[in-house]
Amino acid sequence: MSAVATTAASERDPHRLGHHGSGPHPGDHGPSPKRIIVGYGFWIFLLSDFVMFSGFFASFAVLSGATAGGPSGRELFDLQNVAIETACLLLSSFACGMASLAVGVRNQLWTQLSLVVTGLLGLAFLVLELKEFAELIAKGDGPQRSAFLSAFFTLVGCHGLHVSVGLLWMGTMMAQIFAKGFTPNMLRRFMCFSLFWHALDIIWVAVFTVVYLIGAGA
Amino acid sequence: MSQHDEIHDLDGDWHGEVAPGDEHSGDSGVSAGVRGYLIGFALSVLLTAASFGIIGTKLIWAPGIPVALVVFAVAQMGVHLVFFLHINTGPDNTNNILALAFGILIVGMVVAGSLWIMYHLNANMMPMDKLMDLHLQH
Repeated sequence: MSAVATTAASERDPHRLGHHGSGPHPGDHGPSPKRIIVGYGFWIFLLSDFVMFSGFFASFAVLSGATAGGPSGRELFDLQNVAIETACLLLSSFACGMASLAVGVRNQLWTQLSLVVTGLLGLAFLVLELKEFAELIAKGDGPQRSAFLSAFFTLVGCHGLHVSVGLLWMGTMMAQIFAKGFTPNMLRRFMCFSLFWHALDIIWVAVFTVVYLIGAGA
Repeated sequence: MSQHDEIHDLDGDWHGEVAPGDEHSGDSGVSAGVRGYLIGFALSVLLTAASFGIIGTKLIWAPGIPVALVVFAVAQMGVHLVFFLHINTGPDNTNNILALAFGILIVGMVVAGSLWIMYHLNANMMPMDKLMDLHLQH
């Protein structure tokens, strides 16, 4: 059936100018498989999450000078701490990539191991961030100190909230993969999780550049 | 049938599109996958190190540092998109790229538009001390 369709298509369009890819025209097959639809839908969600973050970034950029006589980023931020946080999140993203390769070959042991590494690095990031927040608040430089600090806590805290939710998601998913195995349902869930986790790293790149490096150093 | 074949047979003979995050169909083996992630990781480490290293350096003109930082950040986001999320210019990735392009458009409009408007608003506002003087005169 598929071969016949391909032949017919190649007669109508011998140089395959009308469509791309290795297969026949997508329309010939009816709707896309669920994996593609779920992945695409989740990608749209992630993009809308980026749009939400862009609002927080915009307000931070606008308010970064509004310190109300309080401390500025230059006086507050410890760049060494930020560098360690960045390393944690980048390594975590890499470990998540290893997990998706392990899921690709349906290897339970390596999947669980790389997800444990992913989670521990994410947890380390979260602990460092909460420690920074706690120190700022203890010094009296909490979100109510100035518009700059409100914007800082909202933006960075929102990213941290995403990481926390991601860790919860990952923990339950690990148990489900262990209990149910690599069912199509779990494969889709894992795909969405890995997209989410890599996307968080992209947002962190923007955070450490805009908030910490431009805010503190440059 | 090897384990690897099973992966690509998950969706039957469908090769028309890829989901975001999926490797390009026809890419072979775990070692190729590991190589891709390693390249992405190495590039990210380089760009991050460059970003942190350029702070406080005398290598480039000081007002140029924020510009360099933004360039490094955009480059690193691109590296993450291509090597980690596998959003690339492959022919079956068109839908994902289109959605991304729209996302970038909106993000750019929100950030650039806010900065532009608020900068001009600040520039047009009377300085705070003059405003206080005005209040005191009444």
